[in-house]
Amino acid sequence: MNARVKRRNLVVEGLAQIGDAGLFLPTLLAAMPRSLRYFREIVRQIWFTGAMSLIIIMTCGLFVGMVLALQLYHVLEIFGGTASTGTVVALSVYRELGPVVTALLFAGRAGTSITAEIGLMRATDQLSAMEMMAVDPVAYVVTPRFIAGIIAMPLLCCVFSAMAIFGGHLVGVTWLGIDNGTFWSNMTSNVEVWKDVIDGVIWKGLAFGTVVTLISVHQGYTTPPTSEGVAYATTRTVVASSIAILALDFVLTAFMM
Amino acid sequence: MTQRRSYAVGTGLFIVLGFAALAYLATQTTSLVNVRHGDSYTLKARFTNIGQLKDRAPVKLAGVRIGSVQSIQLEPQKLDALVTLSIDKRFNQIPEDSSASVLTSGLLGDQYIGIQPGGSPDSFKNGDEVILTQSAVQLEDLIGKFLVNGSPGDKDKKKP
Repeated sequence: MNARVKRRNLVVEGLAQIGDAGLFLPTLLAAMPRSLRYFREIVRQIWFTGAMSLIIIMTCGLFVGMVLALQLYHVLEIFGGTASTGTVVALSVYRELGPVVTALLFAGRAGTSITAEIGLMRATDQLSAMEMMAVDPVAYVVTPRFIAGIIAMPLLCCVFSAMAIFGGHLVGVTWLGIDNGTFWSNMTSNVEVWKDVIDGVIWKGLAFGTVVTLISVHQGYTTPPTSEGVAYATTRTVVASSIAILALDFVLTAFMM
Repeated sequence: MTQRRSYAVGTGLFIVLGFAALAYLATQTTSLVNVRHGDSYTLKARFTNIGQLKDRAPVKLAGVRIGSVQSIQLEPQKLDALVTLSIDKRFNQIPEDSSASVLTSGLLGDQYIGIQPGGSPDSFKNGDEVILTQSAVQLEDLIGKFLVNGSPGDKDKKKP
């Protein structure tokens, strides 16, 4: 096989993956009412994907806020505008960094484990065994993880943003000595609830949560039933999720502006 | 059973924490703090030029925020900007000969409406119009005038 054919196959393969994932979405949506019977399973998955990601999300949020405040303070000092450090930290976290960094971490922490788990179930024929027992694997295994991801992502975004604000306050006020009142009043007078908090944190969080978990469960469900196949599927989850998050972020921002 | 329980409790805690974080973001770090849901009444004011005044800009009296700009429209007949102000009901004793002007906070800050109180015993009622208004001072115009005229000192130097 020469290089050109190989490259074309790669493109065709990529397009086929996107189309396949797109077609998988209606299957998931159709299975949603049936999977509500497995409410316990949904709760357990929220615990696994959401609550277990809290520590990494909170730590990263804190450091993102701290480094933002540190950088901004020294740049704004040139223009005598250190008072707006809090505003810029809040706006950049709510609009871009919060949802995007949370989604990237979520893909790495939760997305990979979803893919690996479902992929191993496929490889060890557990999914076929469920079908034999008249349990629909899409409704019992795949859809609860999908629902849990969609619920967990916006909540994780909120926690990440709150920690980033806390980190920004820690560095800006406690360490660099911006006045506490100035920090908050500048922030509150320039940040808007609907445009910044709800549009940024909630809607972007929901969109990224849907995309990341869709890619994860799709990669897991269609993985080749070999150990190599599971490894590739896990890698593809992270790569595809990261590209999808950053591309979708640009499109969403362009729409929200 | 106990293991299932612990999942449920942990998940519940996680969801509560998420919503608490959202409530914190929405109430403590945004302009929601400044929004008062109390009753308000509206005043109208006409300006020949509003500069960069925007919807929801603050209305201040003696530097204290008493309301916000509700809407800005162009009056088609008079070619004036018609600004509707929403004032908090608590401040219902503003004299009706008070004047409104478009001011800038700081040298390059946002623009807001400043009310200078008059001396009339009667006060504004809902829907009244502020007759005495002063338009925004355009910084560009001021700089332009300064550049064209120069300072008096320069002229003296040029003459001899």
